[in-house]
Amino acid sequence: MIKKALLYSFLIITSILTLIPFIWMIGASFMFDGKASVFPPIFLPDPFTLTQYQILFERLSVWRNFFNSLFLSTIVTLLYITFTSMAGYAFAKYRFAGKKVLFNVLLSSMIIPSQVTMLPLFLLLKSMGFINTYMAIIIPGLANIFGIFLIRQYCISIPDSLIEAARMDGATDFQIYRKVILPLAIPILVTLAIFSFLGTWNDFLWPLIALTDDSMYTLPVALANLMLEHTKDPELMMAGSVVTIIPVIIVFLALQKYYIKGIMMGSVKE
Amino acid sequence: MSFTDFDIYALGDLNLVRFVGLNNYLKLFDDPLFFTALQNTFYFVIVAAPLSIVVSLGAALLLNSKLVKFKAIFRLSYFIPVVTTLVAVAIVWRFIYHPKFGIINYILSLIGIAPIDWLGDTTTAMPAIILMSVWKSFGYNMIIFIAGLQNIPEDLYEAASIEGASGWQKFKSITLPMLAPTTIFISLITMIGYFQFFAEPYIMTQGGPLNSTLSVVQYMYQEGFKWWNMGYSASIAFVFFFIIMIGTLIQLKIQKSTE
Repeated sequence: MIKKALLYSFLIITSILTLIPFIWMIGASFMFDGKASVFPPIFLPDPFTLTQYQILFERLSVWRNFFNSLFLSTIVTLLYITFTSMAGYAFAKYRFAGKKVLFNVLLSSMIIPSQVTMLPLFLLLKSMGFINTYMAIIIPGLANIFGIFLIRQYCISIPDSLIEAARMDGATDFQIYRKVILPLAIPILVTLAIFSFLGTWNDFLWPLIALTDDSMYTLPVALANLMLEHTKDPELMMAGSVVTIIPVIIVFLALQKYYIKGIMMGSVKE
Repeated sequence: MSFTDFDIYALGDLNLVRFVGLNNYLKLFDDPLFFTALQNTFYFVIVAAPLSIVVSLGAALLLNSKLVKFKAIFRLSYFIPVVTTLVAVAIVWRFIYHPKFGIINYILSLIGIAPIDWLGDTTTAMPAIILMSVWKSFGYNMIIFIAGLQNIPEDLYEAASIEGASGWQKFKSITLPMLAPTTIFISLITMIGYFQFFAEPYIMTQGGPLNSTLSVVQYMYQEGFKWWNMGYSASIAFVFFFIIMIGTLIQLKIQKSTE
């Protein structure tokens, strides 16, 4: 009994400690200027105000960055799902010359960290005139081997007889992909979609490099810039953090199950 | 690219790029700032990765215990930092580490410790960033550990109990060996992930004070995209890649030998 009580109090205390930064962030974001810079720290705004959010959206036009983040994350996710599912299906069920070699080359490219490819990628996109446009974010996010790999594994488990049967009925290749493969692959597609959405939303280094105008920035980049100017405004910065974090928390809470499953799938792939 | 003097002029006119052979690499190995960045990065990885693994294993063991109910809630609160935006949480933590008003110093003041200027002191800046990074990412490894723990067959523990093994003995001779493959996998991805740290120092300290938190990726970014020394930056990128590859090979070797 004592053991149990100890265990629970430990769990509760550490959970609260883990969440404290968020609790303080939310509290401070509703405070007037200067109210968060007190000792000892307070968590409840008194009086409560939306001033910081007003400044953020009206004076600093953060809605523009919010829109950029939302738009880019959504577009990238839709395209990513389309391309990885096609490629994954092709690698699982089609026979073509060089398939094994190509797949292995792609797999081994997984070890290359994205930072290493950023310089050449930047020059490539620059020569195409895409730097500081949405395309600079969309193109590199179109597909990756991780997604192709997971979808391939998933498609391999789909029985060939199902595809054969559809073909007998006169379905074209694309119809088979649309009507047979996609519906079966929905769970894995949802998992990859949430990874892609959160990944694009949270990404920092690449948008920092590829986008150069205030109006093009995604939220994290805009926020980082804001930080350099408003180091002494914790309340304002907390409001900015809330605006950036809340959407990802909502997406995560809604699709938790798929996200957790994705982590586990990723870990058994070795 | 790392063998050229690619710079801001070359960006305008590609004909200006000259082949410089190994010059970038010679310069790199003679560059004290690069070694500082490398040293900081290793410091970060070597402390943060094991710490993160121990914390996440601890959390996984607790949440896997049969005594605990409401597991989902605890798991969720440990996990939330993982999905949140690194830039935003780094900003929050900047204020948490505030020397005068920060929560950390407040908690320390309760047990009688004088305020510390966490991010402004060369000795504490890195530990402060490490603590934040472990907080941000241990939930991810925790999930993988929980999956690993659930794969250990129950009858192993039962057999050990019958033979009178204590909790610690069971942990040492069943749990740890059975988790070895999971642990190797986790240490690999954690180390690679931590090796690439960038946003934390960029937001919290700008690499300072006195470059004590400058990371390799940050240095690469500065050289490449701030000063536009892209040829030089490419040589940093290549050395960076080389180190990660060596690390991966070593870990895979360990993995092979344990199987």
